[in-house]
Amino acid sequence: MATETPPPSKSPVQLPSTEEFEAVQESAEFGELRRSYRSFAFPLTVGFIAWYLLYVLLSNYADDFMGTKLFGNVNVALVLGLAQFLTTFLIAWWYSRHAAAQLDPKAEAIKSRMEGGE
Amino acid sequence: MSPAITLAAGEASEHRTLIITLFAVFVAATLVITVWAGRQTKDAADFYAGGRQFTGFQNGLAVSGDYMSAASFLGIAGAIALFGYDGFLYSIGFLVAWLVALLLVAEPLRNSGRYTMGDVLAYRMRQRPVRTAAGTSTIVVSIFYLLAQMAGAGVLVSLLLGITSDGGKIGIVALVGVLMIVYVTIGGMKGTTWVQMVKAVLLIAGALLLTFLVLLKFDFNVSDLLGSAADNSGKGAAFLEPGLKYGATGTTKLDFISLGIALVLGTAGLPHILIRFYTVPTAKAARKSVIWAIGLIGAFYLMTLALGFGAAALIKPDEIIASNKAGNTAAPLLALHLGGVDSNWGAILLATISAVAFATILAVVAGLTLASSSSFAHDIYANVIKRGQATEKQELGAARWATVGIGAVSIVLGALARDLNVAGLVALAFAVAASANLPTILYSLFWKRFTTGGALWSIYGGLVTAVGLVLFSPVVSGKETSMFPDVDFHWFPLENPGIISIPVGFLLGVLGTYLSKEEPDKGKYAELEVRSLTGTGAH
Repeated sequence: MATETPPPSKSPVQLPSTEEFEAVQESAEFGELRRSYRSFAFPLTVGFIAWYLLYVLLSNYADDFMGTKLFGNVNVALVLGLAQFLTTFLIAWWYSRHAAAQLDPKAEAIKSRMEGGE
Repeated sequence: MSPAITLAAGEASEHRTLIITLFAVFVAATLVITVWAGRQTKDAADFYAGGRQFTGFQNGLAVSGDYMSAASFLGIAGAIALFGYDGFLYSIGFLVAWLVALLLVAEPLRNSGRYTMGDVLAYRMRQRPVRTAAGTSTIVVSIFYLLAQMAGAGVLVSLLLGITSDGGKIGIVALVGVLMIVYVTIGGMKGTTWVQMVKAVLLIAGALLLTFLVLLKFDFNVSDLLGSAADNSGKGAAFLEPGLKYGATGTTKLDFISLGIALVLGTAGLPHILIRFYTVPTAKAARKSVIWAIGLIGAFYLMTLALGFGAAALIKPDEIIASNKAGNTAAPLLALHLGGVDSNWGAILLATISAVAFATILAVVAGLTLASSSSFAHDIYANVIKRGQATEKQELGAARWATVGIGAVSIVLGALARDLNVAGLVALAFAVAASANLPTILYSLFWKRFTTGGALWSIYGGLVTAVGLVLFSPVVSGKETSMFPDVDFHWFPLENPGIISIPVGFLLGVLGTYLSKEEPDKGKYAELEVRSLTGTGAH
């Protein structure tokens, strides 16, 4: 199917047939993996992009609010900017935890079964 | 020209030997690495993907080295030094963008592709047209990005070596070009990865040192630092608030939104970043690379805040502008001032930081050149021209010749772009990547119905819209800071096209899919979806 043949020395793994892929794609096990991935990654993506855009819009159109001094010369704008850093770190950590606990075991089970040719 | 800058330039040229020595040491060290890596580069997987044997941490370091470009170090620090808070937006967008790569792109890409972005874009499509499109947009995005790095190189040299003649600047741009050709043709991905790791360590160490010295000056009181920056900038409290650069009119505010969208959606469509995920053995390792990269890059951008505000607090804004209109030399100038303008320490610090900046530029241009020559050789030469019949030797030969060609093109363009803010230029590369590449990557991976027609419409439509709007924007003509200040053919008011071109790219993917009336290849999608989530058959 693929237009390029992988060099034999580097790829001992024979790709399963299209029929096998279609069967796995429709299996309940794979459906569960897909659901577990998408229901985590998609809403989170929408969420952090919305949070980021909110920040961009506030920077543009809420001058007074952003300029409010909180302590010393530190204002709301600076704190919200740093909050973007913090949420980025937190989301990265959260996803890697979710992936290790929920996605990797399911993915590995399917992969080893398909490559083992059982 | 103010007396201070003459002094600075004089100091710099007195210590020219030191600067050149440090730079030569870095170049020599990286050439040794390159030759060593070149000896171990035997087949295509070595050349394109460094043998896929790097660990998640190593690749995370290399990804950071590839990403923290002259734009980050010189451009952001300069933008903060001149415009205060508005420069900070770059760091935020550049960082948050990594979540798109982490959540949606890095692992599926590693699982289902081999060498290039085109591998994934063309996976379930008709190979020749989609690979041609993917190769084209890879090369265009990389050249935009290269331009920014070349501009940074020219700027640095004029400051450091007191070379102000156009011939001298162009000579340095040419030197950078030749070095990057050597790195890539000899060392391939393996050599490039090691160069990027070394550079990442140097850059983080350099930024740490400057941040420490800045904070030391203010007794680690951040509020004092901000206050001094605001006072010294002559702008007062407004310097610490959004709006100095982008708040003037409705148009500039729109430009700010456009920039923001381009930054956050661009990273996951940058070919030179994407191919880095092929250098690790598994998707898990690719995930680990991104996590490390987010940590390192985030820490680095926090430090650029200290550098930018430090430069604003300690150096007169006139001096920064006199040295480079766009502020690109703020970080090296800061080093000089922190060490003491009249002292040896100042000169040593300036030389060190400048050598680090050079290292940064060299490592990034090597990554960019590799991405575009890989795509030319693997997507266009092997799969389009030779229809998948090229031998590995022919393909690698094509990659090396492409490297020479791309090096030559970027030398010429780099010479033209030397007075533009490098962060702004990189933002354009992000806009093009987000418009032409990201929609097709996401649709390919997640949208069952997506077809070849959709991919072509989206890639070419996004590419032409983004590049077209830039061509007719104030970046190219009509303003004092334009690439061609003496002519004016601009009609698009914004500097960054993202707000128009990114939605166009996404929309055309949908339109092309429905209007082309082809049936999607269900079998291939099953293959791609299962492989991308499980890693079955990944090599």
